[in-house]
This record gives sequence, structure tokens and C-alpha cells, in this order.
Amino acid sequence: MWFSTADRRLTRVLGWLAALGLVAGLAMGFCIAPREVTQGNVQRIMYLHVPTAWVAYLAFMIVLVASVVYLFTRSVAADRLAQASAEAGVVFTGVTIAAGSIWGKPTWGIWWTWDARLTSVAVLFVMYLGYLLLREMIDDRERAARYCAVLGIVAALDVPLVHLSVFWWRTLHQPPSVMTPGPVSLPSAMLAALLVNVLAFTLLYTYFVAKRLSSLRREHEAIA
Amino acid sequence: MRFARRAWIMAWKDLTVEGRSKETLNSLFFFALLLIFLFQFALGPDRERLTAALPGLLWLGFILSGLLGLGRTFVGERDNDCWDGLRLAPGDKSAIYVGKLAGNLLLMLAVETIFLLLFELFFDLDLVAALPGLALVVGLGTLGLAAVGTLFAAMTAHVRARELLFPVLLLPVEVPVLLGTVKATEAVLLGEPLGAVAHWLKLLVAADVIYVAIGVLTFDVVLDG
Amino acid sequence: MGLRKAFGTTLVLDDVTLSVRPGEAVALLGANGAGKTTLLRILATLAHPSGGTARIAGFDCAREPERVRECIGLVAHGTLIYEDLTAFENLRFWRVLAGAPAPARDVREALAAVELEPYADERVRTFSAGMKRRLSLARVVLARPLVLLLDEPFAGLDQRGKKWLEEYLQAFKARAGAIVMVTHSFGRQLAVADRIAILAGGRIALDRPRPAVSADELMRLYALHTEEAP
Repeated sequence: MWFSTADRRLTRVLGWLAALGLVAGLAMGFCIAPREVTQGNVQRIMYLHVPTAWVAYLAFMIVLVASVVYLFTRSVAADRLAQASAEAGVVFTGVTIAAGSIWGKPTWGIWWTWDARLTSVAVLFVMYLGYLLLREMIDDRERAARYCAVLGIVAALDVPLVHLSVFWWRTLHQPPSVMTPGPVSLPSAMLAALLVNVLAFTLLYTYFVAKRLSSLRREHEAIA
Repeated sequence: MRFARRAWIMAWKDLTVEGRSKETLNSLFFFALLLIFLFQFALGPDRERLTAALPGLLWLGFILSGLLGLGRTFVGERDNDCWDGLRLAPGDKSAIYVGKLAGNLLLMLAVETIFLLLFELFFDLDLVAALPGLALVVGLGTLGLAAVGTLFAAMTAHVRARELLFPVLLLPVEVPVLLGTVKATEAVLLGEPLGAVAHWLKLLVAADVIYVAIGVLTFDVVLDG
Repeated sequence: MGLRKAFGTTLVLDDVTLSVRPGEAVALLGANGAGKTTLLRILATLAHPSGGTARIAGFDCAREPERVRECIGLVAHGTLIYEDLTAFENLRFWRVLAGAPAPARDVREALAAVELEPYADERVRTFSAGMKRRLSLARVVLARPLVLLLDEPFAGLDQRGKKWLEEYLQAFKARAGAIVMVTHSFGRQLAVADRIAILAGGRIALDRPRPAVSADELMRLYALHTEEAP
């Protein structure tokens, strides 16, 4: 077993780092970073919304890579990575949507807007929920791995198409999206807080995936 | 070429079986009829409203009947272990995909033509003027639906709750195709030149290329061990 | 041709080793659920072993399935028939899908061999179960494989059909074809087999040349290994 104790220790370290990062991020986002002029404190949810969005995309890219690797090598480890990453990705996507919604309510008075970004992310969410559903519905492990790998590739390659089409759909007949994460030229304190949070959430994702990988491995070894 | 012959016989088989049993075609024809009534009831008698919603309704109809028709693609292989037969046939399995895709494409285009005729009849529309542009958009969109639909139908053929899983998997992936075709259809029906929606058409072409490529490359993984 | 090697597989099959030479027929017996069909499916490239290797004509069943599929003919429970096509069209379809030419003459010859020629242009939906089984055999006749994998091939055939199949299998062996036949019966059908193997407990419990085993002894051995009455 080439993972075992070294792996457990690594996972624990990851967990601590993630926790540390989150605390730092929270502190920076909610206390140290300046209050935004127009939107007030609600805008601080950007420090949650943007990093989780970033991590979600990262997760699905990993699903794509792991799926391709699985189809070429049929390595069970690659399949486990795809599964773990997809699960984490769905969670982070859900949080992104929720955060976006919470941001929207006090700011524009509505829970949901068919804004380009939110809509894209929502489509992404449903696509990968479908991925998890497919995995659950197939009993044969090997077949589930194969089919999910194909679906993972289709979904990931579809993402740019979804983005483009939704973006055009919104911007060609309506004024451009109002829900931008802030102008590109953020004041440095905000930018720093944002980056720290991005790093923290990435660590959190890695921690989740590592933990899930070891639990999946234990499951598989128990059956085999 | 061997590949072409094998794809051809696959398409021939599907179309011949369908032509003789007429199971799918008949049901879809009645489904189209019913949808027209549903649209009418849902939107009310206001003609302006209907005309404005027309592109969307058209593609809603196409997609809904596509879901039913595509989901049934491999039902014929369920009897008598014919699915195993497909696996046992030596040779590149993507020929089977291409054949199935061609058959599905023709079937869907047939249903869509019926839809258009019914629309023209019931809503007193003149679609003839827009025909060339409409044909292009419908062709591109249908290929996009069928390409992924055929692949996913194979994937869900042996899965529990396949009738539910198939639309759940297919619909989010088809969002770009849905948006693109509705926008392009809108323009075409308003008499705008195709150049106005060139970007949408390019998106559809890109989507079609990607979907068919993935289908051809991964079908043997889905069909086989 | 038709050589197979050691197997170590899942809970169903646990270290099965069997080999068949060209021109030889092996009858595989065993209790229900012993794994006979699983073994056959692995040979037919329809299932993957969890361990070990299966080879046909030198090709690995799991790694080179397409090469194996060019050499084998499978007759199993499913008849591989599309009910809305005619008998002729069914045979032609499978041949062309395999990438082989299917001249009408050859197809009709295969149909004639199983005495279905008069019904060539009728839809299979109208056929009786026995006729469908014969059509299934015609498919294999047309394909002229090197190795036959059979799962209870005599089931569903009438006396004439059984006699025809026996003759066909003998001729097949004479052409240096190899046969693996899963069967439940102990009667005449075993006559075609050169060796008898019993699959029990996930292994080949018995593997003897058929002439060496009398009918009674076979029943006794079968009961012994499978703990069930044949």
C-alpha cells in the first residue's frame, strides 16, 4: 500500500494548512479589507464567491484530465480522482451559486438573475450533478468508471461552448452583466484578500479530494 | 470503404426496422400534434404572443421529441441479445456510431418536418420564405442533438432509471445548441440575413464538430468492455 | 488455433485452466451458477477476467478482442435476431456489419443448410422458436469461424435440427475448427465432444477424454463434483 501513513500525515497537514488559510482569508476578507463604497458589507461575499468559482472550475478540469488518463490507462486511481474531484466540484459550484444568490438579494433585490455568469455556473452544476447521478446508477464499477470518464470529457469540452453561448445570449440583447466581481483594478488590499482566499479554498479542495480518495480506496479494497 | 459500408448497414437496419414497425415515428407524430395543442393552450389565442415565442416553441418541440426518439435508439438492441451482437461484430465500433447517428438524424429531421408543417397549418404561418436559412439552422441543431444523444443513449441503455437519466444528462450539455438554434431561428424567421447570426452559426458548427468527434472517438468505450 | 490458457478470476471463476486444440470439441458441464456461461462469455470477449489470460488463436481475449471476434462464432441464449427484418436481411446485416461481403448466394446457402430457405424473405416475427434457433445457427454457418463457442446449442431444436447440428459440428471439427460447448444434457449430444470437463467450485474439477468415461460413470462423477443430481 503505497499511500498509507505518509498519505495520512500529508492529508492532515493539508487540512491544517487549509484551516489556517481559511482563517487568514476570513480575517482579511471580513476585517482587514476595506468596505466597498456602493454595496457595503455584502460585497465581502466576493471573497467567498470568487474563490469557490475558481476552485469549481479547477475541480472540473481535474475531472477532465483524470477521465482522459483513465481512458488511456484504465488506472483505477485515475477514476477515483475523477470521482472525488467531481464531488468536490459539485459542492463548490453549489456554494458559488448560493453565494452569488446571497450577494444578489440585498444588492439588486432578487434571488436569481439570468446573468451570464450565474447561468453558466448553474448549467455546470447540473451537468456534474448528472455525472454523480450516472455513477450512482451504474452498479458495475468498471462500467461506471468508463461511462463517467466519457461524460466527464463531454461536459468539460462543453464548458467553453456553454460560456460563450450564455454570454452572447445575455449581452447581445441586454446591458452587460451587472454581477462582476468588482472592477479589474481592485485596490491592493482587496486583491490581496481575494488571492489569499483563492489559495485557501484551493487548499481546502485539495484536502477534500485527498480525504475522499483515501475513503474511496478503502471502500474498493473492502469489496475486492 | 469497409467503414462506410458498415455504417451504412447500421443506418439501413435502423431505418428499415423503424419503417416496418413505425413505432417511434407514429408516436412522435402524435406527440408533435399534442405539443402543438399544449403550446396553444399554454400561451392563449393571442397571435402576436405565439409569433414572438415561435422560435423557442419550435425548438422546445424539437428537443422534447428528440429526447423521446433518441432515448429509444438502442431499444431495438435489447431483444435477443442484439447488443452483444453489436459488440461481437469485429471492426471499428465508431462505424456503428456513425450509422446510428445517421439513422437518428434522418428520423429527427422527419419529425421536425412534420412539426414545421403542423406549425404552418395550425398557426397560419408562412415558413416557406425562410426555408433555406431555416433548413441550415435546423440541420446544424439537429446534428448537435443527435450526436450527443446517440452517445448518451448508448450509455444509459443499460442503466437503471434510463428514461430519467437520459434527459438529465443530455439537456445541460445541449444548452449551447438550444441557445444558438433559437437565436438563429429567430433571425431567420424575421427575414434577417444569415450573416447577422454568423457567430451563432459558427458556434453550432463548432459544437457539432466537437460532439461528433467525441462520439466517434469514445463510442467503442461505451459499447464495449 | 483454438488454444486457451490459464485463468485465475473472480469469485465465480477461481483459477480455471482449460485448453482446446484445433479439431477438438470440449463439453463443459456444471451445476447452475457454476460459472459456465461466465467462462464462455470471457472467451467470447463479452466479459473481462479479473485475473489470468484467455487466448483464442493466439490472441488475448481481453487485450485484442477485435482479432478474437474475427475468429469466433457464438451461439448462446440470445438469438441475435431483429424481429422486423426478414431471415435473409438478418443474416446479411450481421455479415456486413462484420465488414465481410455478403453475396446473396452465400446467404441463401446458409439458410438452405438450416432448411430455412423457403422462409428467407419472411419477417422473423412470424417464425417459431425452433426456426429462430435455426436462424441463429445459420448466422454462424455463414460466418465460418475458426472456433465455435456454444451455450446449450441443442436446446430448442427438434429431432431433425439436433441431427443436423451434430453433423455440422462433426464437419466443423473435421475442418480443424475447435469447439467449446456448454451443456446441461448427458444424452446423445455429448457424442460430438472429444473431452468432457466439469466446472465446479470455480475450477475445472474434471477433464477427461470422453471415450474414457461411460455414461453411468459420468453421472456419478458429476454428482460427486457438483453435489447435485444431473
